[in-house]
Amino acid sequence: MNASLYRALSIQRRVVGALLLREVVTRYGRHNIGALWMVAEPMLFTLGIATLWYLAGLHTMSAIPVVAFAITGYSSVLTWRNSANRCSKAIEPNLSLMYHRNVQVIDIFLSRIILETVGASASFLILTLLFASIGVMKWPADPLLAAIGWLLLCWFALALGLMAGSLSELSETFGRIWHVITYLLFPLSGAVFMVHWLPPAAQQAVLWLPMVHGVEMVRHGYFGNVVPTHESPFYLATANLTLTLIGLALARETAKRVQLE
Amino acid sequence: MIELNEISKTYTTQSGRHHVLDHISLTIQRGDKLGILGRNGAGKSTLIRILSGIEPPTSGRVTRRMTISWPLAFAGGFQGSLTGIDNFKFISRVYGIDYRSKLDFVDDFSELGKFMREPVKRYSSGMRARLAFAISMAIEFDCYLIDEVSAVGDSRFREKCENELFLKRGDRTMIIVSHQPEQIRQHCNRFCVLEKGKIINFDKADSAYDYYAQWQ
Repeated sequence: MNASLYRALSIQRRVVGALLLREVVTRYGRHNIGALWMVAEPMLFTLGIATLWYLAGLHTMSAIPVVAFAITGYSSVLTWRNSANRCSKAIEPNLSLMYHRNVQVIDIFLSRIILETVGASASFLILTLLFASIGVMKWPADPLLAAIGWLLLCWFALALGLMAGSLSELSETFGRIWHVITYLLFPLSGAVFMVHWLPPAAQQAVLWLPMVHGVEMVRHGYFGNVVPTHESPFYLATANLTLTLIGLALARETAKRVQLE
Repeated sequence: MIELNEISKTYTTQSGRHHVLDHISLTIQRGDKLGILGRNGAGKSTLIRILSGIEPPTSGRVTRRMTISWPLAFAGGFQGSLTGIDNFKFISRVYGIDYRSKLDFVDDFSELGKFMREPVKRYSSGMRARLAFAISMAIEFDCYLIDEVSAVGDSRFREKCENELFLKRGDRTMIIVSHQPEQIRQHCNRFCVLEKGKIINFDKADSAYDYYAQWQ
């Protein structure tokens, strides 16, 4: 049993690895900076947002340093949103590859999720190192806390990716409304506010959203105690675990229904 | 050994359920050369896909105790925007072989020359088929699934394929589905007909052929 589980895992690692490399080549090609785009793309997004917020003078409105606020907020959005967006409708363009038995629905999702979360994490890390070393922002007060918050957000991205990927195959309606949902989730996700700024009733409401806890935790690690934060790592982990199990069950159902040409 | 146990396959269509395979049981031993005759739409390709494991049966169990190829002569398992080489690299990684050790073989066998470095979507159907066949021969399997061999290329290339597959790999297990009895008669030692979702076994090619002919 253990031997066959080990074998299955090593096949899966091989297949996900192959899909990852293929994805990098098909998406970014071999021209100019190639695979580096997977980090450069989220970096440019985050830089753009940080510049916009800086120019808008948001840094004069609160004690929070605006550059660090933009980087923590926007990087967080990018992890879960890109992971879910890239997984949705991911099966069809890869259908021909499923003529190889070992290539499974879940492998296609996993490869895309890994690509997005690794890209977003690298972009977040590089921007932090860059801005902190040139003095545009302070070094994180508690890097370990920030890192754990970030990892929990990546886990959330994994669960959301599996769910969005499967649901977009199982239901056409979901595929259509998904973009509306992500659009609405962006301002609610904690990226553009600190929970502490909100009235108590609104705090209660947004804290139902798992990713809000992740962003708060990352900012707690970055800003220390400049602003009180309201995260519950336990709530986020529980939500992640539940959503991951739902995502895996949905992916299994999707695999049963996929039809090759 | 490969064993199919009470395999059924049903598709849901606009006009209700469509039963393609109906409680099929079949055992294939190592070294068997099984030919399955069936008309268009009899469920041959579905059976091949279930054997290869790329499509799950609606009910029943498949036991595989040897490595099984993907359906040969099938030129669809490619990513169009990738080059021939990149597609080969991907498939090699999926099956855990070192592509460098077989690149010369694929290059040589497919006769694609500089087109190996062009995206597969620019290939003609003949070029795709050549690449598909060359890659299937680069990765060794215990059992080959063959869906209408005649689809591959011109007669000279077809001869080369048959030599590579049936002579050099004569010791392997083969499962061939076709609507043409000639190929099956030439390469197989077990014969059956797939008709209305059921498998009917025959001892000799001629009796399978006679039975098949009366349904034509």
